[in-house]
Amino acid sequence: MTGPLLQVRGVETYYGKIQALRGVDLDVENGEIVALIGANGAGKSTLMMTICGSPRARSGAIRFDGSDITAAPTHQIMRSGIAQAPEGRRIFPRMSVMENLQMGAAVTDMTHFADDLERIFAMFPLLRKRSGQRGGTLSGGEQQMLAIARALMSRPRLLLLDEPSLGLAPIIVRQIFAAIRDLNRKQGLTVFLVEQNAYHALKLAHRGYVMVNGAIAMTGTGAELLAREDVRAAYLEGGHG
Amino acid sequence: MEYFVQQLINGLTLGSIYGLIAIGYTMVYGIIGMINFAHGDIFMIGAFVALIALIAIGLTAGAGLVIVILALLLALLIAMALTAIYGWTVERFAYRPLRTSFRLAPLITAIGMSIVLQNFVQVTQGARVKPLQPIVTGGYEIMRTTTEHGEFIVLVSNIQILIILTTVLLMAVFALIIARTPLGRAQRACEQDRTMAALLGINVDRTISLTFVIGAALASVAGLMYLLYYGVIDFFIGFVAGIKAFTAAVLGGIGSLPGAMLGGLIIGLIETFWSAYFTIEYKDVAAFSILVVVLIFMPSGLLGRPEVEKV
Repeated sequence: MTGPLLQVRGVETYYGKIQALRGVDLDVENGEIVALIGANGAGKSTLMMTICGSPRARSGAIRFDGSDITAAPTHQIMRSGIAQAPEGRRIFPRMSVMENLQMGAAVTDMTHFADDLERIFAMFPLLRKRSGQRGGTLSGGEQQMLAIARALMSRPRLLLLDEPSLGLAPIIVRQIFAAIRDLNRKQGLTVFLVEQNAYHALKLAHRGYVMVNGAIAMTGTGAELLAREDVRAAYLEGGHG
Repeated sequence: MEYFVQQLINGLTLGSIYGLIAIGYTMVYGIIGMINFAHGDIFMIGAFVALIALIAIGLTAGAGLVIVILALLLALLIAMALTAIYGWTVERFAYRPLRTSFRLAPLITAIGMSIVLQNFVQVTQGARVKPLQPIVTGGYEIMRTTTEHGEFIVLVSNIQILIILTTVLLMAVFALIIARTPLGRAQRACEQDRTMAALLGINVDRTISLTFVIGAALASVAGLMYLLYYGVIDFFIGFVAGIKAFTAAVLGGIGSLPGAMLGGLIIGLIETFWSAYFTIEYKDVAAFSILVVVLIFMPSGLLGRPEVEKV
């Protein structure tokens, strides 16, 4: 295979007349964990959603596994091997945990459902206990686990995680980050994650990007970015360092 | 007492028809948040397709039971299939292009679609009422009493049995599809969060189309039953029946499927009992007063959820 698994070139996205992304260039190689950090409103989540075609990029190109997905409809993009645990988790509130997981497996027509379910329950044992409960009644941490679990049910090659640590207790954050590292090491899953929790994200990631005002401002390995003064000053001061 | 029982049977029959139509309103509202005002006319189209099918089959009054059942089943399938195509077409060409438009646009278009369908049928089928000779006849006597005015017999006709049984059966199948199948799950997922459903690989446009198709198919069943029950139809029957079914959907809680069925039964019963005990001229007033009262005092209906802001 030539080229990265995900390639983003000059992508510009608008919400109506407001420009959210201003020419984003970014690569995610097969087998990598890549972190995207940046301030609130920098356009991180917009990039995640633009990769999935919702909203569509107005210009630029997005290629996944060599094929151009810039103009493809969202459901087809997701069927080509990308899964996302999106901002705000978006658990179906009036469906049970089990049904949420079944929805995750819709892409594969449930062919591996029983096996994958066991794998997920081994990773997040709490979900087994909650499987009959409605999604809307779960706590934030449980919902986040469910969002990741649901994304994994589609057996993706690229997992997009939007702020998996948002609003969670530190112990749960560690648990979730450990699970992500495990998936990457043991199953070779490629992960692209957006985080405000820059320290944890850069520690976890092989490489990182810093987004400012809808464009990529810096890039480097996780360790490199963590060592930079300007990165520390802008994103790390205040407790994590 | 006997009079009451008789009216109860009549009311349940009427309520079944309303309930089947109401499901179409409530499903469409649930998934795209619009009131499909053309749905009553889809029901009317269903009745006309069934009428044409039954005439084409050429059933005569003296036919045996098996023949009658087979003919009805055939007419039902034809009506469901063709009416479903109408439902699909209306959504595809009239509503989908406006889906991202402002909220009122599809609503106004729906009213326009309703007028289009009515006039289409009026022009092609004529404005006069179309009669159908009784196909399902007979019935059972379930009670008989003698009063000073003579005998009072409580009858349940075969057509009433047919309507109530078909409705119960369809409801059960439909509820099972929604609760247990991948299609039903996709449908509920789209209802709760369309963007997320798409992120899970669900073809949202297709799911919405299928919602219209299912709603139209159920309405066509109601159309066939209306035709068999009343024996006459015209191009305008969709208007009043449609608004009553809409009332039923609102009463049950718009967006709620069991609510639509319950609402249909209640509206059917209220209308029948009002006609039976008060004045028949005001039966529509009684039904629509319910709409007003529910909208003022209980806008989320009997089984609906109160509107909450999405988080």
